[in-house]
Formats: sequence, structure tokens, C-alpha cells
Amino acid sequence: MTWDWSAVSDFMPQFWDGLLVTLQALALGSLISFVLGLVWALLMRAPSRFVRWPVGVVTEFVRNTPLLVQLFFLFYVLPEWGVTLSALTTGVIGIGLHYSTYTMQVYRAGIEAVPAGQWEAATALNLPRIRTWQVVILPQAIRRVVPALGNYVISMLKDTPMLMVITVLEMLGEARLFAQEHFQFTEPLTVIGVAFIVISYLASLLLRSLERRLVR
Amino acid sequence: MTSGLWELVLKGVWTTVQLLVFSSLLAAAVSFVVGVLRTHRLWIVRFLAGFYTEVFRGTSALVMIFWVFFVLPPAFGWQLVPMWAGTLALGLTYGAYGSEIVRGALKAVDPAQQEGGIALSFTPWQRLRLILLPQAVPEMIPPFSNLLVELLKGTALVSVMGMGDLAFSGNLVRLALQESAGIYTYLLLIYFVIAFALTRLMRGLEKKLKAGVGKAPRPGLDTDAELKRAQTTGVGGRVA
Repeated sequence: MTWDWSAVSDFMPQFWDGLLVTLQALALGSLISFVLGLVWALLMRAPSRFVRWPVGVVTEFVRNTPLLVQLFFLFYVLPEWGVTLSALTTGVIGIGLHYSTYTMQVYRAGIEAVPAGQWEAATALNLPRIRTWQVVILPQAIRRVVPALGNYVISMLKDTPMLMVITVLEMLGEARLFAQEHFQFTEPLTVIGVAFIVISYLASLLLRSLERRLVR
Repeated sequence: MTSGLWELVLKGVWTTVQLLVFSSLLAAAVSFVVGVLRTHRLWIVRFLAGFYTEVFRGTSALVMIFWVFFVLPPAFGWQLVPMWAGTLALGLTYGAYGSEIVRGALKAVDPAQQEGGIALSFTPWQRLRLILLPQAVPEMIPPFSNLLVELLKGTALVSVMGMGDLAFSGNLVRLALQESAGIYTYLLLIYFVIAFALTRLMRGLEKKLKAGVGKAPRPGLDTDAELKRAQTTGVGGRVA
């Protein structure tokens, strides 16, 4: 086993570039998944089953098929339909959409966990439906779901390497590029492997302290 | 699509199914061994098992696949057949997630059961085999079912290494036809059908196992499990 520290230091500039892209994709992907997940969750509570049923089928389909193939789909099929987006944008949309089908279940659970008395109190106070959601239900539901959403952010972090297949140069993409240019695979791949462990461990510590504050 | 191309897709399905079976067997073995070791009475054993879980859950499955394909051969002089390399990477990664499920289910068994076993002077192995596992295993099935679907989705990753699985053959068909909407739609549908079949299978298994210990299967999705679901997520123990 040979380990070359100079390869590690040569890789570092590219590593930071890759890390930046990974974090960008993660931040934007989380944002999309949080918003879209809430939209799905609310649509699933719509009074008409002609809304609930299609939303249920589509999200179930997206959740049970590989993100990798979904990314290929978005990357190769959208241009055929005349929509051209940058690779990073496509990747962010793909990852956000995929995880929104997970966050939707989290929101749903959070909404269902709000005690029935809260709904009844809102009705008794004659609050309009929109106000009930805005000031009574969602604040309590979201407080409960923050840790579970955080879990999915960490999970998303570990799926960002898939963006490499649609030519996004995130950490793994940079590592592969470096490896192919210098014929040194061990060092860059190990560096990013360790980076993933460190980032996700730190994120989970952060999450645990957040959880202690929010959930009692 | 011509019949030759369909044949290619079918070959891809076969490779995906094989990989799924092998890696889920490895993952199941890893999750039971590591999960049980995490309840061991020696702290060093618990620590090592926990360390394994943290490391393998912490990295990305795709990075792990790259590592097994590119770093393992020069570092240790092993050149694995792609199928085994893929199995190893997926099995070890998803086994780490599974070990959390096993540990959680073992912890959820009523402590009085364990004490009853001690009072009857069962050996630790007998307690595990005759008291803990029969009660814990049915509880593990729903989260394992989710994990199995995640594993199926994970098998698509080996296509990046040029292994001829379903996703890879889909890419070949795209190159041959110069048209992507159709083939990727088929691909997604095939994955969905496999996932659906797996979920059904696990449902049946759960029903059977729960009947064995005199319990009814869970009614649909339950709220509590959703908020506590951690099998594909996060390192650092049970968040949420």
C-alpha cells in the first residue's frame, strides 16, 4: 500500500472547489425538498380524491425509483423537450424532487401528530382555515419535524456524489478528474471519503443539539 | 425498440436482481452481526461495532463503490470481479444502516423478557436465539422493507463502474437509439415494479412472522415510525 502525501496536497485546491459545489447542491436541494415536500403533504390533505390520488401515485413512484435514473431522465430528456438547464441546476432539481417525496411523509406525520384539540380550539375561535394552518397547525408540526428533516439533509449529502454522472464537478467528480489526470486513485478517493464521514458526523452532532432544543 | 435491445434490458434486469439478492444477503448478515454486537456487554466490542456503523453510514454509497473498485486493488492486491465488488460495497454500506434497525428492535424488547431468561439460567446465546430474536425480528421487517427498496435503488450506482445492470443497459439503449424519453421511462417503471414486488413480499413476511408471536401486522403507515425513521439517514445514532 502506497500513500503519497504530495498527491493529497496537489488535490486540495480541487477538493475545495468540489466541496463548494457539493454544499451548494445540498443547500439548494434541501430548500427545494422542504418546500415541495410541504406542498405534497398539503395536497395529500385536499378534500378531493382527484387531487390526492395523482399526487400519491407520483410521489410513490418517485420515491421507489433510483435517483440515478431520475437524474439521467432529467439530464437527457428535458433538452429533448426543449428545456435546457445547466447540469448543476438539473441535479439540484432532481435531488430536491426525489427527497421532497420523503420530506412529504415527515410533514404528514408532523401534521398528524398535532393534537385534535388544537384543531377544535381553532374551530371554536372561528379562525379561518388559512389562519388555522398558518398560526396553529404548521408552527407546531414543523417544530416536531425539524430533526427528521435534518436526517434527510444528511442523507441528501450522501447522494450528492450521484450528480457526478451528469457532469457536475462536485467532490467525487473532482476526485475522479484528478485521479484520471494523475493516475492516483487512492489519495483523492480516500480524502473525499473521510470528508463525507467528517461532514455528516458534524452535521449529526449539530442536529442532535438542535433536537434537544426543539423537541421536548 | 428492437428485440435485441429488449434482450439487453432483460440482461440488465437479471444482473440487477442478482446484485440485489447477493448484496441484501451480505447486508442482512452484517446488520445482524453488528447489531447484536452493539448490545454486547464489553464496551470495546460495542465501541468497535459502533465505529463500523458510523464509518459506513457516514460515507456515500457511491464513494464506497469507487473506493472498492479503485483503491482496494492497488492497496491490498485484490482485484474483485465487478459483481463481488458491487456486492461488497453495497452490502457493507447498507449493512451499517441495517445494524441500527437490529439494535433498535433488540432494545425495544421488554427488559422483563431478558430478565426472565436470566432467571431461567439461559446462556446469553440461548437468550438471544430463543427470547430476543423471535420477538425482535417481526418488528424489524417494516424498516428492513424500506431499506431493501433503498438497496434496490442503490444497485443502480454500480452502472457508473460499467457493470451491466439495468441502469447501464438503459444508457446503452439510449446511445443506440439516440432517444432518451422512452427508455428512461421504461427503466423507471421496471425499477418501480421490482420495488413494489419487494414491498409486497416483505408485507407477507411480516404478517407471517407476527402471527408466529401472536401479533397483528401494523395498520398502514404509522406516524411515530415516520418521525423516528433513521434507517437511510444520518450518522450519530438515533436522531429524531
